Amino acid sequence: MFASFDFDVIRRSLGYLFFDGMTFTLTLTGLAALGGLICGTLIALMRLSGFKLLGRIAGLYVDLMRSLPLVLVIFWFYFLVPYIGQWLTGSSRPIRVGAFTSSLVTFIMFEAAYFSEIMRAGIQSISKGQPAAAQALGLTYSQTMRYVVLPQAFRNMLPVLLTQTIVLFQDTSLVYVLSIPDFLGAASKVAQRDGRLVEMYLFAAVVYFAISCMASFGVRRLQTRIAFVH
Amino acid sequence: MNYHWNWRIFWEPAPNGTGTYLDMLLSGLVLTIETALCAWIIALAFGAVVGVLRTLLSKAASWFGFAYVEFFRNMPLLVQLFLWFFVLPEILPPSWGLWLKQIPNAPFYTAAIGVGLFMSARVAEQTRAGINSLPRGQKLAATALGLTTAQAYRYVLLPMAFRIILPPLTSEFLSTIKNTSVAITIGLIELTGEARAMQEFSFQVFEAFTAATVLYLLINIVVVTAMRFLERGLAVPGYISGK
Repeated sequence: MFASFDFDVIRRSLGYLFFDGMTFTLTLTGLAALGGLICGTLIALMRLSGFKLLGRIAGLYVDLMRSLPLVLVIFWFYFLVPYIGQWLTGSSRPIRVGAFTSSLVTFIMFEAAYFSEIMRAGIQSISKGQPAAAQALGLTYSQTMRYVVLPQAFRNMLPVLLTQTIVLFQDTSLVYVLSIPDFLGAASKVAQRDGRLVEMYLFAAVVYFAISCMASFGVRRLQTRIAFVH
Repeated sequence: MNYHWNWRIFWEPAPNGTGTYLDMLLSGLVLTIETALCAWIIALAFGAVVGVLRTLLSKAASWFGFAYVEFFRNMPLLVQLFLWFFVLPEILPPSWGLWLKQIPNAPFYTAAIGVGLFMSARVAEQTRAGINSLPRGQKLAATALGLTTAQAYRYVLLPMAFRIILPPLTSEFLSTIKNTSVAITIGLIELTGEARAMQEFSFQVFEAFTAATVLYLLINIVVVTAMRFLERGLAVPGYISGK
């Protein structure tokens, strides 16, 4: 079955696949994970703040994002981001937004919902004595969160956060629906140009599989190390 | 915002001749539900078997279960659908490949099987977690009573495990429904696909996506409510969720 395989098409397009495609995928994954973590932590703090209205709004946002398919959210933001930009900059017409910015905003907003649930669980896993002791020492709310609660919550949840980032890495392939050349998009472009669907899609599958496998293996090792310190 | 809103668009006839735009979206909704149900049956069947394999004493069985789960978990769903849809017919013997390509409704079957197998890895992990959460005494007592391994799983372990993992299975079912939207890439015009088509025909972007959003929320509410009744009925007395 490999007799008619054209391995050369993979070799010829390696530069395009990795320098353009994989760079896009990894940059998007990294920045979206960072942005999602920051926004997610803020959402988690809103939900735990004790202000009913703030908590309700944050809860609704998380529930909304988690009930929608990512593909629909990608479409939503693709069309919405120009209008948000117009509103933010006060210009007279919807602004032009590049493919990267649009997908970055999408993934930050979408992942924020999932990261916020992880951080919420992390914050709730800290024993009540910790913030109480911080308060007794005279730390303000923001100091308590910054120096006492959040570092521990982040550390406890690190394996889960990283696992979610691996899911995010796989999910970035869905920008394909906007014809953006991420790694899969690049592979698909070459595949359709050269009529080599089998080779390119199999290669893409192997690359995604290898990266996710190595990453989840690393997370598993980290998990045992963190568990040991406790 | 200088966007021209027109909420009456839903009652205007769609250019593809299948009725109004609302009819278009509703037919997408039906297709989403059909695909998700077929995928869920596959996910439950394969997931339960693989989950059980991972808890068996046999090295080969648990290794196979491990490999199965890792295989389906470490590739994006989109790539898996492409493998089933574009690659599989090419690497099979030519006559089989030809037969596969001529199946009517190929995107539907590919989506149901692709999403189903993708989700089965997650169901397998839940099943394994459920079985492992049971006290060791259950398995030992079943063996002491003279039950074979198959009987122990059938009559003792699985009935308990499934009742315990019902809540996480609900969210896996919701993921299955959401994941069917990925099949838009292989040409399945389900709810997201119909919303996208409506946007392209009518240029009423936000109305189309709002309608799809509302329909997805409705599906979620219905599933969550129904499962809550089921969970309450099946909760194991003595466990936290039980009475």
